[in-house]
Amino acid sequence: MTVPSTGAPLVEVKGLRTHFTTDETTVQAVDGVDLTIRRGRTLCVVGESGCGKSVTARSILQLVEPPGRIVDGSILLHHPAEDGSSQPPVDLAALSPHGRRIRDIRGKDIAMIFQEPMSSLSLVHRVGSQIGEALRVHSDISRKEARRRAVELLGTVGIPDPAKRADAYPFQLSGGMCQRVMIAMALACDPALLIADEPTTALDVTTQAQIMDLLRGLQRETGMAIMFITHDMGVVAEMADDVAVMYLGTVVEKGPVDDVFHAPKHPYTRALLDSIPKIGSARRQRLPSIRGTVPDPARRPSGCVFHNRCAEFMPGRCDVTLPPPVAVAPDREVRCLLHGSTDDQPAAPATATSKEQR
Amino acid sequence: MTTDLGQGTGEAANAAPADGAVHLETSDLRVHFPIRGGIRNRVTGHVRAVDGVDLRVTRGETLGLVGESGCGKTTFGSSIVRTHDKMTGGIRYHAADGRVLEVAELSQQELRTYRSEVRMIFQNPHSSLNPRRTLAEIVGEPLKIAEGLSGAALEERVAAMLRRVGLRPEYMRRYPHAFSGGERQRVSIARALVPAPRFVVADEAVSALDVSVRSQILNLLQDLQEEFDLTYLFISHDLSVVEHLCDRVAVMYLGRIVELSPTAQLYAAPRHPYTEALLSAVPKPDPRLRDRGRRIVLTGDVPDPSNPPSGCSFRTRCRYATELCAAEEPPLREVAPGRLSACHHAEELELAGVA
Repeated sequence: MTVPSTGAPLVEVKGLRTHFTTDETTVQAVDGVDLTIRRGRTLCVVGESGCGKSVTARSILQLVEPPGRIVDGSILLHHPAEDGSSQPPVDLAALSPHGRRIRDIRGKDIAMIFQEPMSSLSLVHRVGSQIGEALRVHSDISRKEARRRAVELLGTVGIPDPAKRADAYPFQLSGGMCQRVMIAMALACDPALLIADEPTTALDVTTQAQIMDLLRGLQRETGMAIMFITHDMGVVAEMADDVAVMYLGTVVEKGPVDDVFHAPKHPYTRALLDSIPKIGSARRQRLPSIRGTVPDPARRPSGCVFHNRCAEFMPGRCDVTLPPPVAVAPDREVRCLLHGSTDDQPAAPATATSKEQR
Repeated sequence: MTTDLGQGTGEAANAAPADGAVHLETSDLRVHFPIRGGIRNRVTGHVRAVDGVDLRVTRGETLGLVGESGCGKTTFGSSIVRTHDKMTGGIRYHAADGRVLEVAELSQQELRTYRSEVRMIFQNPHSSLNPRRTLAEIVGEPLKIAEGLSGAALEERVAAMLRRVGLRPEYMRRYPHAFSGGERQRVSIARALVPAPRFVVADEAVSALDVSVRSQILNLLQDLQEEFDLTYLFISHDLSVVEHLCDRVAVMYLGRIVELSPTAQLYAAPRHPYTEALLSAVPKPDPRLRDRGRRIVLTGDVPDPSNPPSGCSFRTRCRYATELCAAEEPPLREVAPGRLSACHHAEELELAGVA
């Protein structure tokens, strides 16, 4: 990869809590998340539905819909001023969701693309003018200039015959083409960070491969950071520099992609990796699976949130103590009592020998 | 338009494993949906969703059907369970009592039998269950219709089936909203299997599920197959799941089968350029393989199924296409024992598979 191995932090999420409070209950969708997104690198946030990965991403842009609300934590955006000099970071979590500051940042410093390109685009406007609008919101350019830039962007994202396609409506384009239009729109203001929320989930494998190639190529050209949200470990393996594995509102493990795939520390990460069928592996064998289902986020288990599905559950500890994040290596963190917990166990890879419970 | 029927339905289609008996076969199955337009709502063309499919499914096997969205795989599956009757061509089914049923010409009585022997599991467990019915009603309905059961006898069968798919029978009075996606998919499976079918069409049965739940359901489908001696037609776009589950795989493109082979052979050495491209696009869950085995990027999109290209329908995106491909439509033919391909150049090309 040509991406520099150590990028400076661009966005630092610290202790983020986003809760959805209704009359009856509080859903702790995001409950104490720490993440660092580095310049020029791709962070993949992976987890099953309901783990809070999308809410985390939306919190960064203050796009959480009521009754959801950021109740605690900070989201620091380090971005240089217009003249390139450094300035103090902005805490996005403290900004008003409807204020001017966050609206200046959305689309300009941080852009976002979504899973369903068809439903994210306006049905009644030509794609060229939708991209032009994104440009004109953040800069003072003429319609004509915006149109010229829109066509240029459509070319950048690999749409054939961009001048003609700029006049198309979304329904005239395929799903893959619409996702390219979304990416063109996101790139309009040359953002420092692109948040991609399951951008390839609704697409076919061949189109998915095209979009992943496109995003990696664009990253090489522009040096933007990408926060890529997905549930697909295959996509993570293809895209990520860094990985954060989420379960029920917390990051259970994070680290460089090779470490997470080849030396997973958390039992959940290991179980996730084991439960995917791999091409080329012996056919027809039973897949190892995680028992039970993800609990209702309104009824979080006590202690470690994964304890009731964990193969290495230690009664009396896991269901009581909330595991703190433990740094097991530089840039490598895991939340599990098997690793460097209170009685200072060495951070050895916990294999089946670790504890024979159940 | 004409397909080369002589080749298509002839010996080539017999590439089913020799040891198994044919359980269900289609011959030249076509489903064309009319496109209407203009103020008089006249038919202006046809979408050829399924365009001449000959397929034999052998008793007891799991046949995978893969392809991109819009290739006609779901329409093919729904033709088999006869959720519509827009098809032409034949579907022959070998019933439990030894009769061979011509599915297009079933009487009401026969259709009832057919529908309890041939069942479908749907893709989305959130929309395929009636939210106003309890589990007992949802799972019990096929039994009421097929066997006329009611009361305690019905409940007993439903309870047994729920237990078998891993749900607690006490939940019988609850409504679907009370269950998670994985549990709902278990309900769908229970509903499909409760009349003791022999043939199950599973249309993207695990696609909407999370990874950890998906492996549970795949294991359940395998267990049930062994226990009830089921034959599966497993429709999916997920090539790694298909490889895991299926004995043979049929690859569909623009309404036709372009390759049909035993699973291991298809993945190791595909015999159609489209299969090669599909396989190369599957993300491998290992970052160390990231830049190995370069991906074949298919240019452009799937052609409009109401106006397919001349000759081979894949030629517009195929990197090996020649003049012959534009001029002549390649029939699905046997290119090696047990392996069918609809490519003029299947023998010359050296296509890359996955390890």
